[in-house]
Amino acid sequence: MLILNTLPQVVKIKKIVQENEQVKTFVLDLSLGAKPGQFVMVWLPRLDEKPFSVAMDNGVELHLAIAAVGPFSNALHALKEGDQVGVRGPFGTEFACEKGQRLLFLAGGYGAAPLYYFAHKASAMGCQVEFVVGARRKDLLLYTERAEQLKNVHVHVATNDGSAGFEGFNTVLMEKVVEDAEAEGKPVDCIYTCGPEIMMLKAAQLAERKNIAAQISVERYMKCGFGVCGNCCVDGLGVPSCVSGPVMPLEKVLQLKDFGKYHRDHLGKKQYFNF
Amino acid sequence: MADLSVEFCGVHFQNPIVLASGVLGVTADSMAQVVRNGAGGVTSKSLWPYEHKGHPNPTIITSEHWMLNAVGIPDAGPEKAREELARYREVCDAPFIANIVGGQMEDYVAIAKEVALMKPDLVEINISCPNVEDELGKPMACSIAKSSEVTRLVKEALAEAGAPHLPVVVKLSPNVENIVSIASSVLEAGADGITAINTVGPGMAINIETAQPILANRVGGLSGPAIKPLAVKYVYDIYRAKKCPIIGTGGVLTGRDAIEMMMAGATLVGVGTAVWARGQEVFGLIVNEMNEWCDANGVKKLSDLIGKAHPKN
Repeated sequence: MLILNTLPQVVKIKKIVQENEQVKTFVLDLSLGAKPGQFVMVWLPRLDEKPFSVAMDNGVELHLAIAAVGPFSNALHALKEGDQVGVRGPFGTEFACEKGQRLLFLAGGYGAAPLYYFAHKASAMGCQVEFVVGARRKDLLLYTERAEQLKNVHVHVATNDGSAGFEGFNTVLMEKVVEDAEAEGKPVDCIYTCGPEIMMLKAAQLAERKNIAAQISVERYMKCGFGVCGNCCVDGLGVPSCVSGPVMPLEKVLQLKDFGKYHRDHLGKKQYFNF
Repeated sequence: MADLSVEFCGVHFQNPIVLASGVLGVTADSMAQVVRNGAGGVTSKSLWPYEHKGHPNPTIITSEHWMLNAVGIPDAGPEKAREELARYREVCDAPFIANIVGGQMEDYVAIAKEVALMKPDLVEINISCPNVEDELGKPMACSIAKSSEVTRLVKEALAEAGAPHLPVVVKLSPNVENIVSIASSVLEAGADGITAINTVGPGMAINIETAQPILANRVGGLSGPAIKPLAVKYVYDIYRAKKCPIIGTGGVLTGRDAIEMMMAGATLVGVGTAVWARGQEVFGLIVNEMNEWCDANGVKKLSDLIGKAHPKN
C-alpha cells in the first residue's frame, strides 16, 4: 500500500450511453489501469466527489455506469459528451478467479456493471460464468445483452414483476443455478456478488451453507478513498473498506459485525438496513 | 529490546505512538484496530456536543509531499460517542484520548460534561482546526484570553461532572505569533499538557485544467512530512519554556521521526497523516523502527530520550 498522489486528473467525457431510464455509461478518455471490483472517485468542482465502481478499463477508456439517484449523480447526468470531470484512483481491492473455474455472479441493479467487467476477464481466463442478474423490471436490467455476448457467460435474468426471465428475487434464482451446477457434476467454485446488501447477505449465507468460496463487494460511505478518514471502517475488523475492500472474501465478511445489519452515514452514525 | 513505555499525565502507555485526532477515529473498532496494528493509544475524532455536519467531498487530497484536509469535523454527537467508547473498552485496553470541540465556549462546556461521564483516559481540547474557521479556528487558537478561558471552563466542567482529575491537554495551532505564550496561558489555566501541533495553514491546491480549487471547502489544513520541521521546532520551544507533558504531532512517518520528536520534548508522538504513506500498519512499523534504533544505540529506556536535544542545564 503506497498511495501518495491522490490529486484528481481532469478528463473529457468521450461518450455517454443511456442504458436505461436510470443509468448512463460515461466513457472517459483515459485508462487508470483499474481492475474489476475497484472504484474511482469522480469530482465535479465546487459540488462534490463520490466513489463509483469501474464498469470497464480497457487500457484506453474508463467506463462508469452511473445511476441518477441524488444531487451529485443527477448533476453528472446533466453533463454532455466533451464536458470534463475529475477522476482519481483506482482504489480498493479487486475480484479474482483462477483459470477454468466455474463461477456464479449475483448482481442487483447497477451492481451488474463491475461484474460485467469481471465477466470479461473471467471469460478470457477460460472460466464458465453463470451471471445471475436481477432488477425490479425488464427495462431496468443493466448490461445483460453485453454479458450474453461473452464466451462461456450464461446470463440468468430475474425480475420482480416477471417482465423478463424468472419472476421473483434473483437470490432464489441463484440457489437454483447453484443446485443445477451441482446436479451437472460441475459445481460452482466461487460466488461473486455486488448490489444491495440484503442480496449479498443471501449470497454469503448460501456460500457458507454450501461451503463455496465467495467474494463480496462491501459498500460503505467512503470519503477519502485511501484509508485515512476512517468513515468507511467496518465493524468487527475495524479496517477501512476503501482499502481492505470493497471486495472481501467470505471469511472476512463473516467477521464483520455490521454486514447485513447496518452501515454508517457521512457522520459515522449507524443506519440500520430495513429489509 | 528497549522499554518503550511512557507515563503521560499519570496515564501509562505501552509505547509513545498514539493515533492523532482526525484519522481513522470514527468508530471503536477502527481505533481498536489501530492499537492491534501497534499504537500505544488512540485519540478520537473531535467530539461535538451535538450533531455536526462536515464539508462535502473532496475532503482529503494528497501529493507526494503533503496532505490537505477539510473534512470539516463531522460528528454524530454524544450518544454515538458514548456507544463507541463503551465498545472500545470492551475490545481494547490501550488509553483513549477524547478530543473535544465546539462552535462556541458553551459547546466546550457541554461536551466536556458529556465526555466526563464516558471516562476516557485523557481529554484533548481542539481549539485549532483550520478548516472550520468561521466557527472557531483562528479566533480561539490565536487568542491567549480565549484559549485559557476555554481550558479553565473545560476543567471546571469536568470537575462538576465528577471527573476533577481527568487530565486535559490542549491542541495548539501553529498558525500563531507566539505558540509558547499560548501554551503558557493554557497551562496556567489548568491544562495538564499540550498537543503540538495541529495542521498548518490552511493551504490550497488548484486544478489548472478547470481553474478550480480541488477541496470543496477550497482550503484545508496542511499535514505530512512537509510540516515536520515546524512541529519539531514548536515542541522544542514549548518544552524548553515549560517542561510540560507534550504530545508531539506533525509529519511523523518513521521511527526516526518519532525519536526526533521525543528528543525535542514530546512524551507521546501523534501519528495520523502517515497512514496515507505507509498504510494502516504504520503504527507498528514506527514502533519497531524506534525499538531497533534504541537497540542499535544502546538505549534501554525510550523515555530517557524525552527532551534530550535540549542543553543539560
